[in-house]
Amino acid sequence: MSYNDYEIVMGLEVHSELKTKTKIFCGCPNEFGGETNTHCCPICTGMPGTLPVLNGTVVEYALRAGLATGCKINMFSKQDRKNYFYPDLPKAYQISQFDLPLCYAGEVAIEVDGKPSLIGLTRIHIEEDAGKLLHEAGEGSLIDYNRCGVPLIEIVSEPDFRSAGEVRAYLEKLRSILLYAEVSDCKMNEGSFRCDVNLSIRPKGQKELGTRTEMKNMNSINFIVKAIDYEAKRQAQIIDGGGVIIQETRRWDEGKGITVAMRSKSDAHDYRYFPEPDLMPIITTEETMEKIKASLPVMPDIRKALYLKEYGITEYDADLIVASRHVADFFEVASKTAKNSKTVANWIITEIFSRLNEDEKEEGKIPLKPESLGELVNLIEDGVINSSTAKEVFADMWDTRKAPALIVEEKGLKQISNDDELKSMAQEVINENTKPVADFLSGIEAAIQSLMGQMMKRTKGKANPGMVISLLKEILGGMK
Amino acid sequence: MKITKEQVEHVAKLARLNLTEEEKISFTKDMEAIISFADQINDLDIDDVKPTDHVIPINNVFRPDVVVPPMDRELLLSNAPSQENGCFSVPKIVE
Repeated sequence: MSYNDYEIVMGLEVHSELKTKTKIFCGCPNEFGGETNTHCCPICTGMPGTLPVLNGTVVEYALRAGLATGCKINMFSKQDRKNYFYPDLPKAYQISQFDLPLCYAGEVAIEVDGKPSLIGLTRIHIEEDAGKLLHEAGEGSLIDYNRCGVPLIEIVSEPDFRSAGEVRAYLEKLRSILLYAEVSDCKMNEGSFRCDVNLSIRPKGQKELGTRTEMKNMNSINFIVKAIDYEAKRQAQIIDGGGVIIQETRRWDEGKGITVAMRSKSDAHDYRYFPEPDLMPIITTEETMEKIKASLPVMPDIRKALYLKEYGITEYDADLIVASRHVADFFEVASKTAKNSKTVANWIITEIFSRLNEDEKEEGKIPLKPESLGELVNLIEDGVINSSTAKEVFADMWDTRKAPALIVEEKGLKQISNDDELKSMAQEVINENTKPVADFLSGIEAAIQSLMGQMMKRTKGKANPGMVISLLKEILGGMK
Repeated sequence: MKITKEQVEHVAKLARLNLTEEEKISFTKDMEAIISFADQINDLDIDDVKPTDHVIPINNVFRPDVVVPPMDRELLLSNAPSQENGCFSVPKIVE
């Protein structure tokens, strides 16, 4: 069978670290990195006799994530123990949620090649992150428990994905929703947003699902897309060769560009969940839900639709702007001041983005007041400065944070729109540049650009270009 | 419910317990007695009884999200059977 005759079916589990100040069950700081085992206490290192107390902000953030993705909320929720032995988890169980997760039945809207679809969310539950095993040369394996007990939400999707493109679109959208909801910093390179992919293939048209494999803990969207592509082809080859797929956990080896089976025992999934006796149930009231709903910002999809309809910017520009909540907020405030939102969008995407690095762009750390950009746009719209002068004003504004009107005033950058002044200058330019004038008169229209250049030179770029062109044409027209 | 020796061996393996042959036999008997005791619930009408999620009727016990200084690393590691380079050290784990 050709590879194209198979359909890929995937479901995703995304783990996202919540950006609370402290860990989920103790007051240790929830910070990335740090000297090994310096963000730890007897509770998060699983010392006997210690007792966990749930961080209330974890519940709040998980509910925010749930309500931002259209989930229903289990008004009665509880925590459970998931038992397994691995030294990154010192208690030999992870406190997670089994049958009553905080959130369930949500959805995320995605679009691939202009085709919209909905990805179902099965559930969102809270749990604790594990420590880090450092495989150094030496006698034993070393463990750093700084990450142990960092609060996580696990977002489990329905098996709704049929292509790597859909997975990419979903991860980007989910990430942006969590960033908007301000519950996680979603830094993939620091592992605060990572993804497991469950993947199986089946002949197109077949109802039953094939045997799936799981690829764990991937923290780059590009790697995930490559891993999916590789794994689907690997499974197709096995089936075509008459083999069977083994249900197993595989790891993406980026260096070799392949997935590798991880050594796993058949009983590894016998987690023997049971209700966590050390923690009390979580009850969410309608009132809490309403309060959280009211505190959520307008989500990117809704903003995008609004930008297309009310602000008249292009879809491409809208996508770039809504990618970060703070950039979107900046755009909205600047647009309130400015007479032209399209110009605002343009300036954000070209001049501002070129001055920010990737992190700053994503966090929307724009060191300007949005009103200042709005005012600058108005100076252009009102013909006070032309767009090339505006770039100079912008550069100054970026460095000094001065108001654009003040910069124009101080530097004397006002556009020359005085008819008489420009007219006599145009006459001089025509008199002194016989060659382009002759060219223009003989029908080479482009020759007027050379005259235009002379005008800009004389006015140090401050002439109103529209006026100059029409003045030159007027005088030259009289010479024909 | 009948409990087999294989089930006891399975549970022991999951719990990383090494049982002697005698222990396996006695645990099989004990577990069967415990499960049979719980089996009595199957004969009762419990349609109107809500599952007990916790034996103490208290909910929403939360801690404020305020940082408490972590424990001194030397002190924390002093309980570890083995330590190296500021880390807990365990027998080598291979993926």
